[in-house]
Amino acid sequence: MPQKATSQKSKQVSPKVASQSIKTAPLKAVKPAVKKKDDENATDMGDVADEWMQGKTLLKPPDQLQLSEAELKEELTRVLTANNPHAPQNIVRYSFKERCYKPISNVDQLAIHFSLDGNMLHKDSDEARRQKARTSIAEEYVADSTAVDGSEDGRKENLGPDEEKESEDKGSRGKKEQKLTNQFNFSERASQTHNNPLREKASQTEPPPRANFSATTNQWEIYDYYIVELQKQERTKEKQKAPPVKKEDEKSKKKQSTTESQSDDITKVSPKVVQILERMVNQNRFDDIAQDFKYFEDASDEFREQEGTLLPLWKFQYEKAKKLAVTALCWSQVYKDLFAVGHGSYDFTKQGHGMLLFYSLKNSTYPEFIFKTDSGIMCLDIHVGHPHLVAVGFYDGSVAVYNMKEMGSQPIHKSTAMTGKHTDPVWQVKWQKDDMDNHPNFFSVSSDGRVTSWTLVKNELMYMDVIKLSVDGVALEGQGDDQLPTMACGTSFDFHKQIDYLYIVGTAEGKIHKCSKAYSSQFLETYNAHNMAVDAVRWNHFHPKVFISCSADWTVKIWDQTINTPMFTFDLNAPVGDVAWAPYSSTVFAAVTTDGKVHVFDLNVNKYKAICEQLVVAKKKNKLTHVEFNPVHPIIIVGDDRGYVTCLKVSPNLRKMPKEKKGQDVPKGPEVEVAKMEKILSLLREPTSAVKK
Amino acid sequence: MFLEETLKRIQSHKGVLGTIVVNAEGIPIRTTLDNSTTVQYAGLLHQLTIKARSTVRDIDPQNDLTFLRIRSKKHEIMVAPDKEYLLIVIQNPSE
Repeated sequence: MPQKATSQKSKQVSPKVASQSIKTAPLKAVKPAVKKKDDENATDMGDVADEWMQGKTLLKPPDQLQLSEAELKEELTRVLTANNPHAPQNIVRYSFKERCYKPISNVDQLAIHFSLDGNMLHKDSDEARRQKARTSIAEEYVADSTAVDGSEDGRKENLGPDEEKESEDKGSRGKKEQKLTNQFNFSERASQTHNNPLREKASQTEPPPRANFSATTNQWEIYDYYIVELQKQERTKEKQKAPPVKKEDEKSKKKQSTTESQSDDITKVSPKVVQILERMVNQNRFDDIAQDFKYFEDASDEFREQEGTLLPLWKFQYEKAKKLAVTALCWSQVYKDLFAVGHGSYDFTKQGHGMLLFYSLKNSTYPEFIFKTDSGIMCLDIHVGHPHLVAVGFYDGSVAVYNMKEMGSQPIHKSTAMTGKHTDPVWQVKWQKDDMDNHPNFFSVSSDGRVTSWTLVKNELMYMDVIKLSVDGVALEGQGDDQLPTMACGTSFDFHKQIDYLYIVGTAEGKIHKCSKAYSSQFLETYNAHNMAVDAVRWNHFHPKVFISCSADWTVKIWDQTINTPMFTFDLNAPVGDVAWAPYSSTVFAAVTTDGKVHVFDLNVNKYKAICEQLVVAKKKNKLTHVEFNPVHPIIIVGDDRGYVTCLKVSPNLRKMPKEKKGQDVPKGPEVEVAKMEKILSLLREPTSAVKK
Repeated sequence: MFLEETLKRIQSHKGVLGTIVVNAEGIPIRTTLDNSTTVQYAGLLHQLTIKARSTVRDIDPQNDLTFLRIRSKKHEIMVAPDKEYLLIVIQNPSE
């Protein structure tokens, strides 16, 4: 409207150019656009405008820009663009590439005047489909329920077919429309049903019994478990193999074992553990002795030129064997600290029971094994290969074999009158090498003049007389009835260390016979050794020709088997009970006498005198009966007739090795020992007195 | 039987102050000392033995502890473990 007014003004006041041109100048651009309208309304508004215009004087606003006529005539072009006047033209953005602010060339010119979000959905979009699905379900339901009504209504109303259709259509449309909420006439109604009252019902049961379990796992616990599993598997395997009878035994055994394990039975402690403890206690108590045994070397031996001493170590005694004399001693070759002691009596009138005891150096207060026997033991020997087998000879002439593995007090084998036991005391037994069938066998010598060989075949002890000793020197096999064969009494024997079949036997007449297993009727050699019974004969450990003998006639004699007369004779001023070679030297031997002294000789050092003569037992009442060297340790055990066994350490002087010449290697081994002995013997030997075998 | 005799012998040894036999749970079942001392010894040594045995076996599972000796100023305690039991002897070794 205001535009029309100004255009009218411009037409009417065209003659008044000066004043009007100012107003018309800005409006010239608009002119062509509004011309059409002016033409239309010109006739209508002409009269009115004239009247209106004449009445009005020209008003100039006071702040209007004062321009000159030239300036007023100036034509200014004004461009109409579609640019958004509000859009900024100088937007600058930071460019990371060029590290500076750069103006953006294209600025968004869109100006939104009005926006309204519609609620139309594309019919193929997800939301539309969902809606469709919802409405279709509802439709079906409604259709089902209202279809009947609709059809009924149609019939009821009795409308024409068209009208019916229409009504049906309307009805159907109405059904569809009913689902859509009517914007104008829709009210939502809700109703709430009565909520069922909630009641809490709880029941409590007894909690299941709980037990705390905790355990640790270690490498060794896992290992233990594996071992147990392995054993179980093995047992099941054995069960499968074993016959049913055995199975029953196992079951019964199992039952017993389970009942035992439940009780706190103290007897189930393994005896080994108790043994260890006892040994520990003993070690503590006899600590100084144990240290001496192991480490003490008598330093004063350096000052004593040739003499040595015997250091007393342990003293072994068993109260029940106190009345019995030690009649036999034997070291075990396998267990170097174990030795056997046989108790009996040498007294002919006082014969009672005997005892077989095994002591270990680790426990000097109590024997490891105890066997009680009916008759006194006279001799014993431990098998070298089977250290659990012990052969024992009794005063009553029988021999027995004990198995140390079995704790029973009975021997596994015993000879009886039927099975060839001797009729007189058995003075010596010695194990031999297993025979060809691997049966252990041993020899025994007795006062009845027989040397018998016993073999353990399966469960029996079989005997065989090897030789019969006779006084004349030749064994008689069976002469006429008028002549009674006079038998000699064998008192000791020893087998050659290297030559298996060779052995020597000492008799009560004082003779020594050299015999061979191969010849059962003849001696190889006879030596007139002593004036009284030969108590012990021993081969030298190293030199194959030398043996030693001792007797109650106070002498100890060393022999070369090829020579009829002794090489050495030593007079010890008292009946000699036993003599033994040292296992470490061919020239050292020890002898014990009834006056309680131990004499140690070393022929290499002194050929005439003992290098040690020591009273070992406290009182002279004790007669020493036996002596034995330990195979490994430098100790000897000495038994006496009171039932004591004393252990003594041999001082260094008694264990002398040949002195080494500086610069030369010392040859070691048995050859040296043999050479040593040979040297000594060669000094004594007369070349003409050699006796041929 | 064997155990009884041996324990008697050990107890009669010179210098032995007491012997205790403890079962697998650490409860003493036989003792020659008074109750409080016994319980103390049993409990403490039981734990120590377990630890010692564990140490030995951890290093080599095929190995096992044979015995344990604790020497103190006044006396020596010797412990010998068994599968289910523990034997303890207290001795005065200097006598």
